[in-house]
Amino acid sequence: MSEIFTIALVWSTIRLSTPLVLAALGGLFSERSGVINIALEGMMLAGAFTAAAVTYAAGNPFVGLAAGMMAGMLIAAIHAVACIRYKADQVVTGTAINILMLGLPAFLSGAFFLSSGSTPQIPKDHLIPWTPIVMALVLVPLSWYVLYKTPFGLRLRSVGENPEAADAAGVPVARMRYAGVLLSGVLAGIGGAYLSIGQSSLFTRNMTSGRGFIALAALIFGKWRPFQTLLACLLFGFTEAISIQMQGVVKLPSGEDIPVQFIQMVPYVLTIIVLAGFIGSSRPPQALGIPYQKER
Amino acid sequence: MKLLRELLFPLIAVVAAFIVGGILILIIGDNPLETYRLLFGSALSWPVGIGYTLFYATPLIFTGLAVLVAFRCGLLNIGAEGQLYIGAFATAWVGITFANLSPWFLIPMCFIAAIVGGGVWGAIPGILKARFGSHEVINTIMLNFLAVALLSYFTQYHYKAPGDPIMESIPIGPGAHIARLGKFIPGMPQFIPLNLAFVLALICCGLVYIFLWRTKWGYELRSTGTNPSAAEYGGISVRKQIVIAMTISGSLAGMVGINEVLGYRYRYYDGFSDNYGFTGIAVALLGRNHPVGVIIAALLFAVLQRGGIPVDAFTQHVTKDIVQVLQGTIILFVAAEAFFRGPFAKFGLLKRSKV
Repeated sequence: MSEIFTIALVWSTIRLSTPLVLAALGGLFSERSGVINIALEGMMLAGAFTAAAVTYAAGNPFVGLAAGMMAGMLIAAIHAVACIRYKADQVVTGTAINILMLGLPAFLSGAFFLSSGSTPQIPKDHLIPWTPIVMALVLVPLSWYVLYKTPFGLRLRSVGENPEAADAAGVPVARMRYAGVLLSGVLAGIGGAYLSIGQSSLFTRNMTSGRGFIALAALIFGKWRPFQTLLACLLFGFTEAISIQMQGVVKLPSGEDIPVQFIQMVPYVLTIIVLAGFIGSSRPPQALGIPYQKER
Repeated sequence: MKLLRELLFPLIAVVAAFIVGGILILIIGDNPLETYRLLFGSALSWPVGIGYTLFYATPLIFTGLAVLVAFRCGLLNIGAEGQLYIGAFATAWVGITFANLSPWFLIPMCFIAAIVGGGVWGAIPGILKARFGSHEVINTIMLNFLAVALLSYFTQYHYKAPGDPIMESIPIGPGAHIARLGKFIPGMPQFIPLNLAFVLALICCGLVYIFLWRTKWGYELRSTGTNPSAAEYGGISVRKQIVIAMTISGSLAGMVGINEVLGYRYRYYDGFSDNYGFTGIAVALLGRNHPVGVIIAALLFAVLQRGGIPVDAFTQHVTKDIVQVLQGTIILFVAAEAFFRGPFAKFGLLKRSKV
């Protein structure tokens, strides 16, 4: 077993957790403000594609990263306007965005780069393998501070728990929710950008492959709190890292590979269990998913 | 008039989505009208285009109905994707394990396997919600991933032919094959995989309608959806209804396996679903959560899917990804219907309703 638990595994865990942490923090701001965000996946894809395309065109990864953040925010803006202004069903809108973003980046890459849905390779010295990791590490305590120690955070949480009371106290409910959702787009955009210009060197079709949903699972497993969410992301990143490391290395006594599928299942099973209340209770923000209708 | 009103907003949403798609096509330098002509022209050509379009519509009718039933009970089932995989694998498992049985026994058994498989996978989030109050949306997402991982394990380690590089099971027995409609429809070649499952899908639409609007059970289910506290007060067990609705919903999704395994591939193929479960949400929503609407919406999405193929091949820049762009945009517009209500109310075309 010693050949598995190595420094490489730790490093791989960190690398695989980073996009989860960034996206989950994004989900945190949106959901604490009362807007369900299953569109994290789509926002990550927007960030990943835009970051890769702009980095390739501009030759500067930081311009790419900024563009990725903007793209995530733009997609989040669609979600926000539909859910807050037009009171659309938040889950349905999220699903729509996910389907849209499965197609749109590939559609645009196909047209701009004459490819089958991916961007061209970005030269190695234009990649940023470290910046997003550092950003994720800084953003966790920062998010905690913002949520629990600033008036902004208090207002954000209050519109997620009890918008009527918040409204009565003079908190602009809609504006706070816009802020929460837009922030989530920016953060998920960084997470996506890390995938395309940090971990790899191009955007490929559906390259998030469900990471937005795992981030959402981590957010729930972390009970909608920043530090617990970080731990959940590390745990889920670890399960992914170990399932990659184990492939073809560790064998069962019978000489067969250990099926990686069972390790891949861990995050999903854990989330279902914690949501059912078997490991402490995971209580979502009270007003999560309910559009706010101002009393006339 | 009521029908017109029901049709109005879905129609506007579709037209608006096509305009958005058209603008995108224009931006990347192709002709939108030409692209759409190609899309519809090929999907509606007789017999190959129409045959394939109906074939693509079949799973979407099933998943649309699945989402509809859950929705009428106030639940959002975004787990049709996982349920249809489990149903498909279950039906393939029966088709492989009892391959030598006579079709008279084998086909009904395969049908039941698909229905029960999907039903069980749908019941799980139902029970979790009824018993622990955990949200069905998150649980169905998790169960989708679980189903995919679980079935990929079974396919890879237990049901794959040794040495087969493709992740697919060994074939089902010939007795489990169901007939292709080409056999009965003159002029329809038999290579088109449109099969009896399409007829089954239409029958299911009728059954769902009768169940929901013509029986006491359906009434109880719908009451739970419209007002759970009133239903509870009226003596309906909301928890029971949640489990029932999710089970039926899962069963309907599971029947996609009949189309895919018994009528088309004759084996389980890992990852066969082209987002059928998620498109089902769009189908139900666009179809106004009514069985007839589901058929119409499923046909529209099937046209997109079929028409995407020649668009990919015969335009300069447009790839078949335009299909997902259109689908996503349609759902977005249908969901944010209030967006269109505003202008209509402004010009007095419609009484402003409470949104």
